[in-house]
Formats: sequence, C-alpha cells, structure tokens
Amino acid sequence: MVGGDEEVPTGCPNPGSEMTKSGLIEEVAKRTPHISKKDTEVVVNTIFDSMIESLRGGERIEIRGFGSFQVKLREAREGRNPKTGEPVHISAKRTPFFKVGKELKEMVDGAPSISDESDDEEAEASHHEATA
Amino acid sequence: MTKAEIVEQIYERVGFSKKEAAELVEKVFEIIKDTLSEGEKVKISGFGNFVVRHKNARKGRNPQTGQEILLEERKVLTFKPSLVLKNLLNESEHDETGSEEQP
Repeated sequence: MVGGDEEVPTGCPNPGSEMTKSGLIEEVAKRTPHISKKDTEVVVNTIFDSMIESLRGGERIEIRGFGSFQVKLREAREGRNPKTGEPVHISAKRTPFFKVGKELKEMVDGAPSISDESDDEEAEASHHEATA
Repeated sequence: MTKAEIVEQIYERVGFSKKEAAELVEKVFEIIKDTLSEGEKVKISGFGNFVVRHKNARKGRNPQTGQEILLEERKVLTFKPSLVLKNLLNESEHDETGSEEQP
C-alpha cells in the first residue's frame, strides 16, 4: 500500500479498547430495548450504506455535533517508495476526508464545559508557556 | 446529506417509521461520540476507523507572522477511511471528474 499514516500510532489514550460495528449494534440495541437487535443491525448498516452512496455521488455529509465528510480529489503526483526511495507515479484519486465537529472535538479533548470529570492527568498536562 | 436525510433513507429502505429511524440514528452517533470521548477507537468495517490520537506539545509558528508559539498537548480525532470505501469512491460510477485511469 502506498501512502498511509504519517503519524506513528502511539499515544492513543485508551489503546487497548475499541468498538467495532457489531459492538456498536450491540450497544444501540441495549439502549433501544423496544427495537429488535436484528432491526438495529439493519438500520446501522443502512446508515453507513447510505452515507457511502452519498459520498460516491460526490455529496458532502454533515452530521451536526459530530462532523462532516467530504470527498476531495487528490491530484496526481510523484511520490516515493518509502522502502526503496524510488520515485513512483501516484495517479489522481478521490479520497474521503472527515472534519470533526466542534462538539465532538471538545468532547474528545476532554472539554471541561461538557463533563465535570476533571482528570488530574489533564490538569497536569496543560502548562502554559507562550514563547514569544 | 444530513441526519434527516439518513433518516429518510432508513424510512424508504427499511420501512421504519421516521420517529423510530430518527431515534436510532441519534443513538448511533451518540454512542460513537461517547465511545470516542473515552479514548476508545471506533472501527466500522467497510467505512473506516475513528481513532483518538494524543498529540504532544510542540513548538509551532504562526504562519502569518512567523512568531514562535507553543502548541499545547491535546487529543484529536482522526478518521482513516477503509480501503473498501476508498476503492468505491474511485470506481467510475459517476463521471464528475471525467476520464480516469481504469486498470
């Protein structure tokens, strides 16, 4: 695979745990006991299917409080094989981009306004030093 | 596309009432948000992975003034689209960008 992560995948605050689509279905089913799990599964799949179709149609998706998805065209460029250093031609392609919404962005960063759990870790982490 | 349009799609395709569909759509995004807020990854096969990354504090520069600034340590959400999605977007189903290489 060419391209990929520019970032080293370290420092995820909760690295061991993850939620998959089936975990998500499970959780939705738990919170909506009046709807069968089978129906929940169909709905979750329909959500992502319809989002994918929308993106394929070149549409932008905006989920308020969550974020937006948009397909951008990446121009053809000359890249390099990171292993060999050899130049390679990368043709133009459409790539989906996600822009996190304000609310979720703050939630993820542990915004104090939303929850009142003030992590000690967090407080320690914020040293203000404006090097002017 | 908005949340309301996703609800509409569920109503049309699955035959759920709009009320129920809206409730479920709301729950889905709520759960994803809650999960990510706890620093947990969310992996949706065929769509992509949402991952919270920890960014260390670093020195940056105001691109306008060139002044050095300290960017504080923070957590950010990243989305890595699945290969399936990326491939789907590059199939020639619509011809918005005209000619494209097709192997």
